[in-house]
Amino acid sequence: MATQHSRSAARIMMAPAVILLLGWMLVPLSMTLYFSFKKFLPLRGGDLGWVGFENYVRFVTSSAFWPSVVTTLVIVGGVLLITVFLGVLLAILLNQPMWGQGIVRILVISPFFVMPTVSALVWKNMFMDPVNGLFAHLWKAFGATPVEWLSDVSMGSIIMIVSWQWLPFATLILLTAIQSLDREQLEAAEMDGAQPLQRFAFITVPHLSRAVTIVILIQTIFLLAIFAEIFVTTGGAFGTRTLTYLIYQRVLESQNVGLGSAGGVYAIILANIIAIFLMRIVGKNLDA
Amino acid sequence: MGQITLNQVTKSFGDVNVIPPLDLEIKDGEFVVFVGPSGCGKSTLLRLIAGLEDMTSGHIAIDGKDATDVPPAKRGLAMVFQSYALYPHMSVRKNIAFPLKMAKMEQAEIDKRVDNAAKILNLADYIDRRPGQLSGGQRQRVAIGRAIVREPAAFLFDEPLSNLDAALRVNMRLEISELHKQLDTTMIYVTHDQVEAMTMADKIVVLRAGNIEQVGSPLELYRTPRNQFVAGFIGSPKMNFLTDAAAAEHGCKTIGIRPEHLDISRESGAWKGVVGVSEHLGSDTFFHVKVEGSKDPLTVRASGEVDLHRGETVFLTPQGEHLHKFDAQGLAIR
Repeated sequence: MATQHSRSAARIMMAPAVILLLGWMLVPLSMTLYFSFKKFLPLRGGDLGWVGFENYVRFVTSSAFWPSVVTTLVIVGGVLLITVFLGVLLAILLNQPMWGQGIVRILVISPFFVMPTVSALVWKNMFMDPVNGLFAHLWKAFGATPVEWLSDVSMGSIIMIVSWQWLPFATLILLTAIQSLDREQLEAAEMDGAQPLQRFAFITVPHLSRAVTIVILIQTIFLLAIFAEIFVTTGGAFGTRTLTYLIYQRVLESQNVGLGSAGGVYAIILANIIAIFLMRIVGKNLDA
Repeated sequence: MGQITLNQVTKSFGDVNVIPPLDLEIKDGEFVVFVGPSGCGKSTLLRLIAGLEDMTSGHIAIDGKDATDVPPAKRGLAMVFQSYALYPHMSVRKNIAFPLKMAKMEQAEIDKRVDNAAKILNLADYIDRRPGQLSGGQRQRVAIGRAIVREPAAFLFDEPLSNLDAALRVNMRLEISELHKQLDTTMIYVTHDQVEAMTMADKIVVLRAGNIEQVGSPLELYRTPRNQFVAGFIGSPKMNFLTDAAAAEHGCKTIGIRPEHLDISRESGAWKGVVGVSEHLGSDTFFHVKVEGSKDPLTVRASGEVDLHRGETVFLTPQGEHLHKFDAQGLAIR
């Protein structure tokens, strides 16, 4: 009796959260699906009726579609590569005993607290501005011509900005993983004749594999949806139009809600394909 | 080969002096046990020998060659850690092969040595499993396997049995002793358990606060402890100490008598007392007897058949030839 009572009580108490979450997810999802089968042009006649799969066909056959998928994947891949690689290095450095460790760790984590829009603007105006940016001054100090970051190396710039934002996250997770490494294992490897680099490769790296898996999974989910960084820097120009950005342009710039919604459904499918793919490759690291 | 000489070795962590100048000679093929209470520096001493800690001053020689500045891997010693320190992502085979792989040995030779070690230690059945799938005793064996394939000059064991349950501990104790006979290699073994020390050692080194209190064979330490600390530490249950009147009778500060060297009787004896707690082990019974003129109750070992109850009055008589006398500094008087 007691368990039955507490079970139903638990259900009632959890209900608001569950309903809220479901509503948050289901309402936009079903609306997206609903609009994706309609010709809906808010400023040019509004709802013009059902069109079947026409929106889906138009979105894929558009010349902008495949480049945007590639752009998305390049950004996600580039950021993952940089954050995992530098994250491991930083985590190892931060794990060394040093003076002011606590403050240094907080400083390292701080970029994560900066809003994406703000950090992208700071990068754009303070560092990458070809006239007044710090990079421009640095280049000039060496007598070189300043690089026009956001137009000449637009993808590199965006990857750099996003990596800067996500590096703290990777570092933090990897640092906690490194701290949990048994010191005796490293000593055993030392006794067994492993040099520092071998100890890193044979003991530390395998120990970190699970944490790296988590970093990759979580970052991929968020990176597939980056938008603000592109919006405030290149505005989707210079080959930086990701799938998310393309959908935004279809819905708000072209005022074609139906076409954009179809793109949204493709984005969901792409995210799921990548998720399954990742789970297959790295998911085995998560068991046992 | 496996002769180790420590010459005036010291170790300090900051201002804390853990090991004062210490000399020790370990002969080839000996099974040496470092024993002492927690924090006596026995593990630190082992790590100094291994090279995992740097000495503050002094010299270590292995097989006559100075090894003071030689890195751990080059000393030719193998260590078995308290936590076993197996590599969790490698199979048992890879774990055991790791030191050989690091030494860039040929694959055929590696396989031969690993199979041989697996045979000695009965590891063959789970050679392809990961450490996480093994029981404590099996992990212990893998750790020993990883040590023996290197064919080291000496084995170092850092409290290897402390994570095992009591029955398994007795078992592994025998296995390690057996292994020592088989390999005939120097072994240095650290423990806080004097039973392990007594049963396994050729030579026991009793440590207290980094100082060597006494070095000797188990029976030497048992029969002729050099001071009150060794007398109390070696032997189980521990030796009874009496001061005041009983000691004054023998003309010294303290007298010590082991529980097994006290005769208990209902009728007559040297000291009169009252039975307190009794511990029945079946074969033996330990009585805790409160004796007039002694603060702590005396422990007496009697045969399991002796039937005494709490509150009964008894008489205890020490067997004169087994009485230990200590002076004011705690040193034994002979």
